[in-house]
Amino acid sequence: MAGAVTTVASLSSEARPKHLTEARPVRYLLIAIALLFIGVVIVLPMITVLSEAFRKGWSAYMDAIRDPDALAALRLTLLTAAIAVPLNTIFGVAAAWGITKFKFRGKNLLITFIDLPFSVSPVISGLVYILLFGAQGFFGPWLIGHDVKIVFAIPGIVLATMFVTFPFVARELLPLMEAQGVQDEEAAVSLGAKGWRTFWKVTLPNIKWGLLYGIILCNARAMGEFGAVSVVSGHIRGETNTLPLHIEILYNEYQYTASFAVASLLMLLAIITLVIKGLIEGKLASSKRGH
Amino acid sequence: MKRFKSFRLLIVAALAMGVLSACGSNNNSGNNAAPSDGASSSGQSASASASASEPAKKPESVELLNVSYDPTRELYEAFNKSFADYWKQTTGQTVKINQSHGGSGAQSRKVLDGLEADVVTLALAYDIDALADKGLLKADWQQSFDSNSSPYTSTIVFLVRKGNPKGIKDWDDLIKKDVQVITPNPKTSGGARWNYLAAWGYASKQFGGDEAKIKDFMKQLFNNVPVLDSGARGATTTFVERKIGDVLLAWENEAYLAKKEYGDEFEIVTPSLSILAEPPVAVVDKVVDKRGTREVAEAYLKYLYTPEGQEIAAQNFYRPRLQEVADKYKDQFPQLNLLTIDKDFGGWKEAQKKHFEDGGTFDQIYTKGS
Repeated sequence: MAGAVTTVASLSSEARPKHLTEARPVRYLLIAIALLFIGVVIVLPMITVLSEAFRKGWSAYMDAIRDPDALAALRLTLLTAAIAVPLNTIFGVAAAWGITKFKFRGKNLLITFIDLPFSVSPVISGLVYILLFGAQGFFGPWLIGHDVKIVFAIPGIVLATMFVTFPFVARELLPLMEAQGVQDEEAAVSLGAKGWRTFWKVTLPNIKWGLLYGIILCNARAMGEFGAVSVVSGHIRGETNTLPLHIEILYNEYQYTASFAVASLLMLLAIITLVIKGLIEGKLASSKRGH
Repeated sequence: MKRFKSFRLLIVAALAMGVLSACGSNNNSGNNAAPSDGASSSGQSASASASASEPAKKPESVELLNVSYDPTRELYEAFNKSFADYWKQTTGQTVKINQSHGGSGAQSRKVLDGLEADVVTLALAYDIDALADKGLLKADWQQSFDSNSSPYTSTIVFLVRKGNPKGIKDWDDLIKKDVQVITPNPKTSGGARWNYLAAWGYASKQFGGDEAKIKDFMKQLFNNVPVLDSGARGATTTFVERKIGDVLLAWENEAYLAKKEYGDEFEIVTPSLSILAEPPVAVVDKVVDKRGTREVAEAYLKYLYTPEGQEIAAQNFYRPRLQEVADKYKDQFPQLNLLTIDKDFGGWKEAQKKHFEDGGTFDQIYTKGS
């Protein structure tokens, strides 16, 4: 993630000197390979999704999307993202701030833990919640006694999504804040600014584009997560199915057109996210150069 | 600076939205929960005690969760509509039935883990026995409804490609060298366990119960299986969509449904011998007592036995129990010799232990040599 930001910044800087540039055939070959791969791996499947979605025409497409279960899945997906993303944002900013601005014991351990969800399979992160909060699980009897539902209900889905999307914001901010150092804050404090004022007027403006970029990546993953959510959802139609799960169900019910229609909806959400991301990357690069 | 201010507003708004929706969801789950919610506000608990003091009055609407196995999706979609109408007419209450589908064994596991199913409608009795073992329902649950609590039956048939190019007629054609067989994994799929036992039963008849020869037959059969999907619907998709394999061992209803969806691309072959599959239904005592839904849950399952319920089952290619409906659909369901789990395999507990537990016959024939 962090790598992506820096590459963008260096790409948009001046072209490399001529004598360092590869021969023309090599350049074209590299570009051709890249385009071919993107074509086969990304563009072709996307076209397939759209063509399948519209195979039975516009009205079938709209029917699939207006289906109450599809709408419920859309609502649940958006709700999950609306809860998980802000919470992860608060955590991400706090963690990145703590790690980059202060010295304390166990800092590296904290960074390792932040990275953990990237390396753990989503299925396992789902199963962890079943083992903790399921009826046979660690807290199961207590939860049943107090009639609190976590797994196979919305809280479980939100928790699993949060676990999976937990590192995005922090990971995005860490290198940025590391590079910026503490001088700006020191200057602000020496001019008499209090803690919150320093944060709002100095720290946040410095990190705002990086932060937004992190939020967007976090959001994209939160809306698209399948594995972890599948384990804790219980697959109740119209109740605990998110969009990705609903797509799988439709596919298994021989409703291929409907499943691809809903898939195109999810794809649309992803594309909107990516367009915003692209805009922000531009801002990020220019704000970096400005400094 | 101005631009930054608006950005700050945006962030605050986003956070506020998140917090609000979080609260919203909490309220929702609070309302959905049973009236005994410990964390409820005083207002809620007041209404809870009020409803407890006059139990005769029914709430306006009620929700049921039916946790079922893979191929019943279409059946219960139709049946739930019919039952909701019936229930509205007889009691005036609106009932909403939620559905969850998956591999029978996996679904049973989820109910054990806390998925609050009012009723379970699974592929085989063993998966409900597993719930009874943990005290979710009473041990003799299978006596609660007629016909072993199995309102409809099915059997295992072969689905082959159009024109039956490999000439598959019976079980012994499945062990030919050039035949690819598609069946799900008996460890996770209920249908696959019926498949396995039907094949075993055939071999047993063929070889007069000589276990070494039966195992050899099963081994050859499973050598011809290129992929083991985890559920019946996954195996069907492998066969019809991904076009892998020459023959699909399938539930009769699943085979008819695939044929209905795909027209003449497939043919159904009925083998000389198969097995009587009895997918049972049960009310989950612990859940309905907690949620106060016993009456509607029992009525729901009883409705499966009525002429209307049986008609819907038959329309979805399940063999009805009721004679009048069975007569009406007798052309759809060919008569064939059927083994039964109780007579030929000593019941599900026995069969599960012998064939599907770790180290059972399936492990012996499948891990060896493949």
